[in-house]
Amino acid sequence: MKLFQRIFFAAVLAGLAAGLAMSAVQQWRVAPLILAAEAFENAEAPAVAEHSHDAGTPEHAHEAAAPAHEHDENAWAPQDGAERIFYTVLANLLGSIGFAFVLAAVSVLSGIEITARNGVIWGIGGFVALQLAPAFGLPPELPGMPAADLVPRQVWWVGTAVATGAGMLAIAKLRNWTGIVIAAVLILAPHVIGAPQLSGDHASAVPANLATSFAAASLATGALFWLLVGPLFGWLNERFARSPAFALKGAHA
Amino acid sequence: MNTQVQTASISGLSVSQRLIAGVLALFLGLVLVGGVGFASDMAIHNGAHDTRHALGFPCH
Repeated sequence: MKLFQRIFFAAVLAGLAAGLAMSAVQQWRVAPLILAAEAFENAEAPAVAEHSHDAGTPEHAHEAAAPAHEHDENAWAPQDGAERIFYTVLANLLGSIGFAFVLAAVSVLSGIEITARNGVIWGIGGFVALQLAPAFGLPPELPGMPAADLVPRQVWWVGTAVATGAGMLAIAKLRNWTGIVIAAVLILAPHVIGAPQLSGDHASAVPANLATSFAAASLATGALFWLLVGPLFGWLNERFARSPAFALKGAHA
Repeated sequence: MNTQVQTASISGLSVSQRLIAGVLALFLGLVLVGGVGFASDMAIHNGAHDTRHALGFPCH
């Protein structure tokens, strides 16, 4: 279990540190755009009711996919301000540690070690698989932006992340033309299939400048996280490997 | 010294050791990422709402 202890502590520490840095930049550049968009999201509801295209309005699409929408007054929600920031940072940190665990698991299962030196490559890989590739089909969305049903989008998001990650792993493991062909197929397939989209025209209540700023800030913040968590995990992983407390006693441990 | 050399690499470990540690880590990672990004429980959704939007998860 020494190996698991080592990657466990490395993932928790790297996830916490990178997640805290991401949270700071996120509160500075991303969260204000979410709050600004919510003003339009909330203002949109009565305006939509006056229009005649009820069938395609985002509110209706939401209800079909997730009956208890966030506007459900019965569900608990954090108060705006300190409480909301606290839960957002908490969720950031838990998600960050989770991403670090996924990175560690892929490394251990594939037999490719994460080190301080190659950590940035792993970080780029995580960013491409879990943010850039999904965003290519489903751009980071603000509250109030019309979108297709939730569950198909979640399925496409997960499928794209897994296929893109597997594609990059194929290149890393095989290091030949076969690997590159497998990677090309896996990475392209989700985009050829296409992300779930709303049919027809759906005007967004959220101004375009908010949406474009948000998409860029979201991806930049995500890139910061991944570029930190990869090398940090690699550095801790190597440090712990040298420490007697985590020493792997050969193949018999 | 001999053990020191082996500690730096996971390639010297048996497949079953790597499998156990890797699957455990993968399980923890998926539970955490799944809970933050995909759980449909409304309290979790509302608490993690801004994180879901900021990280590009489909939120609602």
